[in-house]
Amino acid sequence: MFGLKTDWSLETLPRYFTLEDYEGGTARWCPGCGDHGVLSAVQKICRDEQLVPEKTVCVSGIGCSSRFPHYMKTYGFHGLHGRALPVACGIKARRPDLTIWVATGDGDCCSIGAAHWVHAIRYNMDMVVMLFDNNVYGLTKNQTSPTSRPGLKTNTHPRGAVLPPLNPSETTLGIANVSFVAQTVDWNPVHVYATLRRAYHHKGLSFVRIFQRCPQYTPRVFEDAQRDPSLIMLLEHEDGVRADEAGTKIYKNRVAHDPRDLNKARELAAREDVLPIGLLYCDPTRPRYEEFSSVGVDVTIEEKMQALDKEIDRFAI
Amino acid sequence: MSSGQTAGTKDGQAIGPKVLGECIVEIVSDSGEGAQKAGQSFATVCAKMGNGVWTVEIIPAEIKPPARSRAGASGIRIRFGSRPMTNMGDYADLVVAFNEQVLYGRLLNDAYREGTVILLENKWASDPDEQIRDMYNSAVEDFRARGLIVHELPMHEACLEFVNDPKLGKNMFVLGMLSGIFDRDPSITRREIAAIFKKKGEAVIETNNKLFQGGIDFARKHLTYHFSVPPMSSKQELIVTNGNDAVGLGVMAAGMELVSMYPITPATSATHYLAGVFHKMGGFIHQAEDEIAAIGFAIGASYAGKTACTITSGPGLALKTEFIGLAVMAEVPLVIVDVQRGGPATGLPTKIEQGDLMAALYASPGDSPKIVMAAATIEECFHMVVTARQLAEMFRGPVIVLTDANLATGQTCYPRPKLSEDWMAPPLDQSPWPEGVAPYDWDPQTGLSRRPIPGQRGGQYVLTGLAHTKHSHVAYDPRSNQVGCEMRSRKIAALRSTLKPPKVHGDEEGDLLVVGWGSMLGAIEEAVDRLRAEGHRVSNVHLRFLSPLEPGLKEIFERFTRVMTVELNYSDPSGGFDGDWEGARRSHLCQHLRAQTLVDIDHWSVTPGQPLRPGQIYDVLKGRLEAIRSAEGSAVGAR
Repeated sequence: MFGLKTDWSLETLPRYFTLEDYEGGTARWCPGCGDHGVLSAVQKICRDEQLVPEKTVCVSGIGCSSRFPHYMKTYGFHGLHGRALPVACGIKARRPDLTIWVATGDGDCCSIGAAHWVHAIRYNMDMVVMLFDNNVYGLTKNQTSPTSRPGLKTNTHPRGAVLPPLNPSETTLGIANVSFVAQTVDWNPVHVYATLRRAYHHKGLSFVRIFQRCPQYTPRVFEDAQRDPSLIMLLEHEDGVRADEAGTKIYKNRVAHDPRDLNKARELAAREDVLPIGLLYCDPTRPRYEEFSSVGVDVTIEEKMQALDKEIDRFAI
Repeated sequence: MSSGQTAGTKDGQAIGPKVLGECIVEIVSDSGEGAQKAGQSFATVCAKMGNGVWTVEIIPAEIKPPARSRAGASGIRIRFGSRPMTNMGDYADLVVAFNEQVLYGRLLNDAYREGTVILLENKWASDPDEQIRDMYNSAVEDFRARGLIVHELPMHEACLEFVNDPKLGKNMFVLGMLSGIFDRDPSITRREIAAIFKKKGEAVIETNNKLFQGGIDFARKHLTYHFSVPPMSSKQELIVTNGNDAVGLGVMAAGMELVSMYPITPATSATHYLAGVFHKMGGFIHQAEDEIAAIGFAIGASYAGKTACTITSGPGLALKTEFIGLAVMAEVPLVIVDVQRGGPATGLPTKIEQGDLMAALYASPGDSPKIVMAAATIEECFHMVVTARQLAEMFRGPVIVLTDANLATGQTCYPRPKLSEDWMAPPLDQSPWPEGVAPYDWDPQTGLSRRPIPGQRGGQYVLTGLAHTKHSHVAYDPRSNQVGCEMRSRKIAALRSTLKPPKVHGDEEGDLLVVGWGSMLGAIEEAVDRLRAEGHRVSNVHLRFLSPLEPGLKEIFERFTRVMTVELNYSDPSGGFDGDWEGARRSHLCQHLRAQTLVDIDHWSVTPGQPLRPGQIYDVLKGRLEAIRSAEGSAVGAR
């Protein structure tokens, strides 16, 4: 039933994958939701990188954006609220051959799953983590999220949220062994695509915060930046996000930023007057946990049995 | 060993070497004085000399509790003899104590009887602190008044000949004393000492050998106790392990690749053991950020086709509940070992209780059928993990294996497992997925289905914790949910149909049947055997599968006048508070069996935080048997 067949390796016909090979069920997000754009971007990246669909796994928690895996035609794991990252890390631990995309929201990642977020950053396993940050709980119908700004009126804070919001990028940049943090905005599909593709090419955990609007509950949360593109700061570097010029020419506020500069990255991530988009930080030399956790995957049953027999000798009378 | 009204010292009447069938020895000390290490070595030596052995560790909850405190008693009990040992027995025969206060800790546990021999460190009699001297002197007087035979011995002083600080090293001296008293082969012990101190170098080994020899000489000089405990007659090849090491060996024998854990007593030592050797079999231990992540990581690995396991204890099981529900719902194979301790909340972290049965069976929102097994012996800790791995794969879901603190730290010998390739997880299947086969292609009778593994071409599906169809498509309609629930439940029924009814220990019918589970097996059977030897019509059955329940139980139960469970968990006093039977909270297995069989099953259960002595069970059963007899008598009289 579970026997190993070897004929899969004999395949000679090259396979070419089209967008269709990555398109799962019809997305059931609200019209106008930014999730649709991110989904298209990921499907295009899969095609452009010719990712083998059965070797690609999309993992998510619970929330609107966590429906993501259902709309891909790859393998998917739509698990528990807040727990996408431990599952994704577990998949990668002994299967470094799989490509992993994680979809998580601001409640899923930064609230109920906060412990796993901190530690997954430190494990730095090779995967792309997309934080769909729309500043609100959507699926459960309009509750304050850790990234909600003060004054946002929600069902749990009808007179307005009271606490300063948590800044996911700034927080991530404070965690030991962080290796990649980028930001993008859902209303610019060109930049979303370029950012996620850059993230895919990074070896390690690529954390991408996607500023998003919820058409239902936070439609105007980035209204200022949408109206006035100068409020968006485009980070530029030859090693950074290199979006197609046609899609980013409206951004006049451009800053050269070396993604190796962690202190500068933290400074930029903390800016409240502008929205910095692009690659904040990247260090491909950080250790990745799968380098340790996958040691021994090739040990055969025969070798295991010999080693174990010797081990049992230690207990023999 | 029930000799010894005499003093047993050279000055007293000499007691010659005497053959014993079995003996219970304890070493008790403050924490950090190495009593457990000495006791484990002594037990290993006994096993290597062919004795049946059972050990129980006495562990305080703190690393370094205050010295000379009753609650801080740390140590070990070793029961050994010329037949297999299955439990800790009743009362200690001989005790080595490093101070008098820790003995009070043991007296509170009712561990000693009149005539128990105490070899007591006497340095406290001349302690500079007057209060300590007084405490010591009054305790010795009290012990003697209680009927203990106390020998005050200058062990500390004798150790000074070999080491500057006898706090480090006295344990090996005591190992020597016991070795001398019980006629143990010194060459075996020296090999043990060499193994223990291998990493510390030759000089340390040499010092400890001197301490050991010093202990032998000391016992000869000061004591006349001299016993031999002949070996069992066994031709089988045996190994000695504790239950947690057995779990670790089982994990490797099952060919697992990953153990994902978070530190929790008393489960952690299983992963300590594995951490030293697992890599030799290609395995990896993941220490997760918390209990939830530990199971999530294991589920991820398993989803990706790599057999994984998570090892925890009660509070960890509670935290893993939601993920266990996901493994049930999405049918992800996973072995969960729960080394039970006292609860609820932090409870008794280092002590035994069988309090997790209900949680293992039912703790999940919604309907969450899963396989639950309980190891009854240390040997079963090994084999159950192997079986659990196979069942998890075959029945595509989580399997909970319950062990407990008693099995975890107790040591015993059992037949060396004959490893089999069939036990091992098969290699990763990456063959193309057959076209047209759904990811949950449930067999309508058994609910079983084959699962696609990432990498299998054409098998792409999205695992979801939402209600789903066989295609793993989210489905909120009434029929899909009902079918999904039924298919998951059918798997449990399918497993049940392959199980055999449990064997009855004793006659197939009688006055009283005792039903047990988990590590209570040895003590229950010993009590039953004693009663049967006295002519009582009592038998017992012991359950390994709690979900599904082993078949044929009702039929067995109906052959006995009364049926009762004996368990180490809480239940209200017999009859309930104020005679309110209906509101009475019963012991876990009792409640479960009553619900499943509709037989009027009684129970006796307590939560002392230590294993039950066979003598305690004997007393309880005897009382019940007498009650049954007198009820029968009055029924006959009324006719």
